[in-house]
Amino acid sequence: MIVLGVESSCDETAAAIVEDGTRVLSDVVFSQISVHSPYGGVVPELASRKHVEAILPVIAKALEDARIPKERLDIIAVTRGPGLIGALLVGLCAAKSMAWALGKPLVGVNHLEAHMHSAFLGNSPLDRPFVCLVVSGGHTALYLVNPGKENRLLGCTRDDAAGEALDKAAKLLNLGYPGGAVIDRLSVDGNPAAFQFPKAYLEKESLDFSFSGIKTALANFVRRHGSPASDGQKGAYRLEDLAASFQEAIVEVLVDKTMHAVESTGVNDVAIVGGVAANGRLRYRMVEETAWRRVTLHMPLLRFCTDNAVMVAAAGYHVWNRFGPCENLLELDAVSRWT
Amino acid sequence: MRVVTLYTDNEHDTFRMGVAMGELCEAGDILALWGELGAGKTLLTRGVARGLGIPAHIPITSPTFTFINEYDGRLHLYHLDLYRISHPDELETLPWKECLFGGGVAVIEWPDRLGDQLPRERWDVRIVVTGDENRTIQLEGHGERQEGRLERWADRCQEKRPIPSV
Repeated sequence: MIVLGVESSCDETAAAIVEDGTRVLSDVVFSQISVHSPYGGVVPELASRKHVEAILPVIAKALEDARIPKERLDIIAVTRGPGLIGALLVGLCAAKSMAWALGKPLVGVNHLEAHMHSAFLGNSPLDRPFVCLVVSGGHTALYLVNPGKENRLLGCTRDDAAGEALDKAAKLLNLGYPGGAVIDRLSVDGNPAAFQFPKAYLEKESLDFSFSGIKTALANFVRRHGSPASDGQKGAYRLEDLAASFQEAIVEVLVDKTMHAVESTGVNDVAIVGGVAANGRLRYRMVEETAWRRVTLHMPLLRFCTDNAVMVAAAGYHVWNRFGPCENLLELDAVSRWT
Repeated sequence: MRVVTLYTDNEHDTFRMGVAMGELCEAGDILALWGELGAGKTLLTRGVARGLGIPAHIPITSPTFTFINEYDGRLHLYHLDLYRISHPDELETLPWKECLFGGGVAVIEWPDRLGDQLPRERWDVRIVVTGDENRTIQLEGHGERQEGRLERWADRCQEKRPIPSV
């Protein structure tokens, strides 16, 4: 079963061909930060217009890389939401038109469910319940995933997403883009215990998150202590230590709440997905905490953490197996919120 | 009276001022929130939401990635965050005009991104960081709609009523 996946929910325009939900035949992402995009160069964020310009070449490249003529596709899967309506509509319209013109079945995919599948690419997805931490620039949430049934939201952020806190920290420290990746890289040479940042656990037993206070704490820190030491110059503190300490506070809350969710639900598997699942410290701490609990950890390859269409094609394959294609493909609509 | 300056030394007071503003908001009001990262713009907006009657179990989350979040209360609340807009051209792809002139209440974070398209009829709320927990909040009404309302807003913002903190 050969599936074309199409993704355009936020800043990335992506298409991929995946066979039977596991075998990746091609993977094309057109993004402002992607080096391996078909065009290269910087694309302004968000503009739906840019999705419009990119979508057909991206789909064509995915077919070409996979050496699959479009007539051989079995299913077309596309992200319906959640995301920016203007952006979502571009991928949705392209996928609908192709499905209509080629007479292929169309499947609408939830972007967050697609992320959940990213941890199992190359393998069969789990058939038993597991806890999934979805953590990115726009989302921070814990789900109890019941394969074949409705997922249960266990908790989510009440203010900022974890990735947003990392990106804004990088902005406060004038460190370039994408901020989360820069903080991750700097932290490797830093002492995570150098400074204490507030860890918001909220009410006892709560699986919700709050990352707005830590952002303010960092702004206060910089105002009080000034700029960090730079090459050969004296300063009050090392940037690496600050980055590592800030990151540690976020990672610890993510790890603790995820482990709490694992314990309270009694599952034996946990997955972390989304852009922040590429964070080295988060991966390392998750490995540590799951190992001694004898819980199996599932993580996507780094390149499948950020938005991509491989996960959409994989999720689409399973949605199709479970529910079949959408009945009236021309009526499939984009949805901005979809939990 | 055109500008009122308020002082807070804790988060809860900032939130409480938001609640007061939300309670006094009328259909069509636009609140432009000015202030640096971590000043408390989203916190103040959460207060506005609660003042508009949006129930406490609905989280008021940062719209940085989504650009626009909408909520149903006594009046419809549009929460805009233009932080990620780097060029005025990009505004074209967002339904921001529908939000500002849609008969609800619009709260705009990073309103500078609208440039000269920022409506003249609006409230300006400037949050200035003066210490770890201290903020100076300047409230200013522009245009006819806001005339004669500032005094009431200032009084209500300074009332120390006990309110829940979520």
